[in-house]
Amino acid sequence: MARLIRTEKEVEGRYEEVWTVVEEDALDQWPAGPLEVVGQPAQRQDGLQRARGEARYTADVRLPGMLHAAVLRSGVARADARAIDVLPALELPGVQAALSCEEVDFLDAEAGYPGAAVAAVAADTIEQARAGVEAIAVEWDESEPLLDPDEAIARGQLVSESSSYERGDLEAALAGADVVVEAEYRTQSVLHNSMETHQAVCHWEGDTLVVHISTQYIWGVRDELAEKLGLRPDDVRVVCEFMGGGFGAKNGAGDYSLIAAELSRRTGRPVRCALTRREENLAAGNRNATIQRLRAGARSDGTIVGLGGEFVNAVGWSGWLAGTDGPMQMLYGVDNVATMLRGAKLNSAPMAAFRAPGFVEGTFGLECLLDELGGKLGIDPLELRRRNHADADVLDGRPYSSKSLLECYRRAEPHWDRRHEVRARSDETWKHGVGLASQVWYGGGGPPSYAWVRVGSDGSMTVVTAMQDIGTGSRTAMAQIAAEELGVSLAQVRVELGDSARGPFASISAGSSTIPSMGPAVRSAAGDARRQILELAAQRWQKEQRTLSLKGGRIVCSDGGSWPLESLLGLLEDAQILGMGARGPNPTGMRVLTFGVQVAEVAVDVGTGEIRVGRIAAIHDVGRIINPLGARSQVEGGIIQALGHTLSEHRLLDPRTGTVLTQTLDAYKLPTIADVPEIVCEFVDEPDSHLTNLGAKGLGEPPIIPTAAAIANAIRDATGADVRSLPIDREEMLRALAALARAKERSGDRVAARPA
Amino acid sequence: MRCGFWRNVPWSGVWHEDRGVKIRLTVNGEPREADVWAGESLLTTLRDTLELPGSKNACEQGECGSCSVLLDGALVCACLVLAAQADGHEVTTVEGLADREELHRVQRAFVEAGAVQCGFCTPGLVVATAALLEANPDPSDDEMREALSGNLCRCTGYAKIFDAVRLAARS
Ligand code: FES
Ligand code: FES
Repeated sequence: MARLIRTEKEVEGRYEEVWTVVEEDALDQWPAGPLEVVGQPAQRQDGLQRARGEARYTADVRLPGMLHAAVLRSGVARADARAIDVLPALELPGVQAALSCEEVDFLDAEAGYPGAAVAAVAADTIEQARAGVEAIAVEWDESEPLLDPDEAIARGQLVSESSSYERGDLEAALAGADVVVEAEYRTQSVLHNSMETHQAVCHWEGDTLVVHISTQYIWGVRDELAEKLGLRPDDVRVVCEFMGGGFGAKNGAGDYSLIAAELSRRTGRPVRCALTRREENLAAGNRNATIQRLRAGARSDGTIVGLGGEFVNAVGWSGWLAGTDGPMQMLYGVDNVATMLRGAKLNSAPMAAFRAPGFVEGTFGLECLLDELGGKLGIDPLELRRRNHADADVLDGRPYSSKSLLECYRRAEPHWDRRHEVRARSDETWKHGVGLASQVWYGGGGPPSYAWVRVGSDGSMTVVTAMQDIGTGSRTAMAQIAAEELGVSLAQVRVELGDSARGPFASISAGSSTIPSMGPAVRSAAGDARRQILELAAQRWQKEQRTLSLKGGRIVCSDGGSWPLESLLGLLEDAQILGMGARGPNPTGMRVLTFGVQVAEVAVDVGTGEIRVGRIAAIHDVGRIINPLGARSQVEGGIIQALGHTLSEHRLLDPRTGTVLTQTLDAYKLPTIADVPEIVCEFVDEPDSHLTNLGAKGLGEPPIIPTAAAIANAIRDATGADVRSLPIDREEMLRALAALARAKERSGDRVAARPA
Repeated sequence: MRCGFWRNVPWSGVWHEDRGVKIRLTVNGEPREADVWAGESLLTTLRDTLELPGSKNACEQGECGSCSVLLDGALVCACLVLAAQADGHEVTTVEGLADREELHRVQRAFVEAGAVQCGFCTPGLVVATAALLEANPDPSDDEMREALSGNLCRCTGYAKIFDAVRLAARS
């Protein structure tokens, strides 16, 4: 029965209390450990389609009569488009329509960053559309851009209200501490660079707007477009069966889908609006840069008594405050914590969520600071983290729904123990070292989310839900869950997804929420179908329903009898069994979080500053693992993205003009297969007994969180140098080594001076 | 030699008025024709005219390898080859790697090893791997790194791609 309840909802680390309709989550969790299908490595169900080039992405949608849109973007960081004349564009061959910020409110005449869209043209070919954009006459009114985050804060140029947090008395705690460390950390802005760029194809079928879009949130796009275009939500149909990555940047509808929708309305033809790679690097979102001024104090026994942080997020022209302060508030059982988080409004492209937004950045600062503290205390980094483990949620004392961080630490030991042997490899040139860092993140998902399961007389079982598989393999995971519940093989289940007109509401694929939000809904739908199958079986073979179950494709009775499932389903003819399921609520009064630790081994050439990451061991606690093959792939992917963030990726702006200097993939250095270290990946794989009928949390984000700090700590272990700024390119590495040499010289001077 | 301009093909298309150039080429074993304009890339012709969208366009400027195809058996980025240059030549795309019903061992290995996530890079990687194994049936890890470093993947972390190449090499 559906109930109306008040529950906490969390997306990308932001909590909201909301009224939500939920249905009972009546199924008991399965026992821990690998089951028949769930917990077994499974190949991707759509893998062959993808590997044969048969999967159709938004990028592949070609509709009859389709036009191509090109976008006029600001070439400078700060300018007002005072007058725009699109008429010259309309006179060019092939151009069918044009629109500008003077007529539609989703384009803004105040272009606050390079790449801001101010006008668009639709034409028969993309080349004609681009020629049209060239022909648009704009009178730009340029002004001096604001690019320095500290200056923006000083001037009071903020994107939103600052966020302050305090527990205990930090100043008193630091005053009484035996050791205090203080340091400034910086992280750079990085770009998502999904292989499929942001894009949409829109067309109208009568009053219905049909949108093919590369998106992480079919339902969010539906609602956003309906609202902005003044349509009823169900008059917008959103389709995304295959999509080429998002990493947080594709949570919203984006101006490109509005451009395509409006140009399609005007021309009566389908319109594609696809960002080029250069546009992608200009105006498709980014992980914002941060400045973190941090302090920590501890007693000589290693108890951390206080943590303090002043955080500045260089948000850009618009965006929200990602929780850079979150790890400091949540990771350790520290009584006195004070943080202040400010968001600088700058003339650079708006940020977008990027895989664990805020926590990637904040964990780098916090976990490096912890090692600096451990160094002063003379306490082993792993031991320091154990001693400050939080046994209950530090924000408000509520219990964790489950937490196996200590078990992660225990499993990290053999990897951590390698440090002696690794360090011993050092010679004059190459210094080797090992570092580690912990991770905390959300990932509990939440209601609402729905799924249906359809069982036909041919024995086929189809899960129907309007969710999206952004590339993580959630389609396969859903099939595994349904197959387990229905006691059939994975091959017998297919999953239909990716179309708001053809399935019930499904969760956003962000915030590590697809598995924990959708999985329980799918299991509950499959459970409903199972119950109905057993009801019929009880009548067919005159058994009590409670004595029957489904196993190995058979109906099994506790009295020893069993019948193939087909012998029952074959009787259905055109009748169908329709199971319905909904995601139940999260446990009340509990904190649902994910945890983990990573251990990195590095080598540093102290002459050139070259850094090589040799090995990363990742141990994560995300509750039950549905598909170990997919899960490992998530971890490896997260670690490699983190490797790019740590060592090579950097959206560079010209410091004077704000022009983006890294608009192509040869300038913006993504990791390649040549950069891959050895990755060892382990899961605690204990279901969270309080969380849904699955006990599974999300895994998309945790693996990218601790890597940068683990690498920086390994670099300190290898060289003694403190790297405090990302990316740790050669320049930063040599700077840190030089600073170390200067510090040594100074203390050497003091030592030398002492006898005299 | 990857992703460089494909030089050895003299331009031999016939100039037409509307779309400029008519080209005739063999794609995946079948003779095909297309009207292209002089500056059109082979990738655009394959995807938009010849209805073979398997090769992906992720940068259109030779930086990502998503558009990898074989031109007379040599690995090229289709976005860097002019359609007119392919006139009279043989092109193999991801759709034509395997026979109609059969699967190419590289395709099977990618799925089995879990080397496919979003799959947008996969067609390019599959073609590049097939070319690698054709030239070097038993590549070392370093040879794999060298040969495939022109194919960017943002999802998998590449570890499973190594597994897939090894698996394909063995099968
Ligand atoms: S699309 Fe050709 S290399 Fe990227
Ligand atoms: S699988 Fe997504 S880019 Fe490679």
